[in-house]
Amino acid sequence: MAFTNEQMERYSRHIILQEVGVKGQKKLLNGKVLIIGAGGLGAPAAMYLAAAGVGTIGIVDADEVDLSNLQRQIIHGTADVGKAKVKSAKETMNAMNPDVTVNTYREFVTSENIMDLIKDYDFIIDGTDNFPAKFLINDACVMAKKPFSHAGIIRFKGQLMTYVPGEGPCYRCVFKNPPPKDAVPTCKQAGVIGAMGGVIGSLQAMEAIKYLIGVGDLLTGKLLTFDALKMEFHTVKLPKANGGCAVCGDHPTITELIDYEQIECDGK
Amino acid sequence: MADFEIDERVDITDVVCPMTFVKAKVAMEELEVGQILAVTMNDGEPVQNVPRSFKEEGQQILKLIDNENGTYDLIVKKLED
Repeated sequence: MAFTNEQMERYSRHIILQEVGVKGQKKLLNGKVLIIGAGGLGAPAAMYLAAAGVGTIGIVDADEVDLSNLQRQIIHGTADVGKAKVKSAKETMNAMNPDVTVNTYREFVTSENIMDLIKDYDFIIDGTDNFPAKFLINDACVMAKKPFSHAGIIRFKGQLMTYVPGEGPCYRCVFKNPPPKDAVPTCKQAGVIGAMGGVIGSLQAMEAIKYLIGVGDLLTGKLLTFDALKMEFHTVKLPKANGGCAVCGDHPTITELIDYEQIECDGK
Repeated sequence: MADFEIDERVDITDVVCPMTFVKAKVAMEELEVGQILAVTMNDGEPVQNVPRSFKEEGQQILKLIDNENGTYDLIVKKLED
């Protein structure tokens, strides 16, 4: 595949980089990333991946754009309120970069559909806002041997880690089980500073891009935390993959996917 | 008279920095290690920057030929894939 003049110019700042070059840009154009959740994290991640020329990007979300989303979900505009988030996201990404094929899945991930959703993708981005989905994505990626980026944001804080099969602990190694109901507020109840999605979602896009190109060190075996009020980033080294882990351990006890009970939240 | 044989040529006189090096680098990508690329460029900025950028990427600069018409031919041997 030869670059067109337009592609040469569009990706010039990538091509100039020694670590990317022509080969790396071709890897991006051939890359397939699935983003689960077109919200605070998924919006910036999807936009940076589209801009970077990741050739196939899937987006999974059943929701419609709500006015209260727009403070942080920058892929959607005011005119998109009421529209399916996946449709609104696809329109933005297509407008940004015609090189990108955007596949939309207007559904929430469940134990029934997730294996099928992730199977054709090289890298998964967890941009969800709830623990049942986060554990489901982890378990499915472990079972399907897919690398993924976990992230969470709340108030002025964010965190992320990357799982690559065989190269470090999974999310369940670190966090075991979803917290009890009402132990942790959701971001609807607790609030979140809008730019936090931009910081952490962009870091997720960065991990996907590095994984596709095959350069640098990923956040495998590490948890990165960001405290915006203190303006502090920390990278915490995680214990090695836990051989006793219920899903990625030597003798897994979780061999089927679990749909944990979704904590219902009043209001929107 | 030349002590090298040119495998491929690219003309970057129709673009400006940073597209000069981008276009030359994309052309270089098509070559095998050991092959030689001739890059025709305008005097000035490209002559300053393109040879340096190729050197930084581990390629070997063989010669810079003044075409005496305001352009130069940079002869580069591909060492790094």
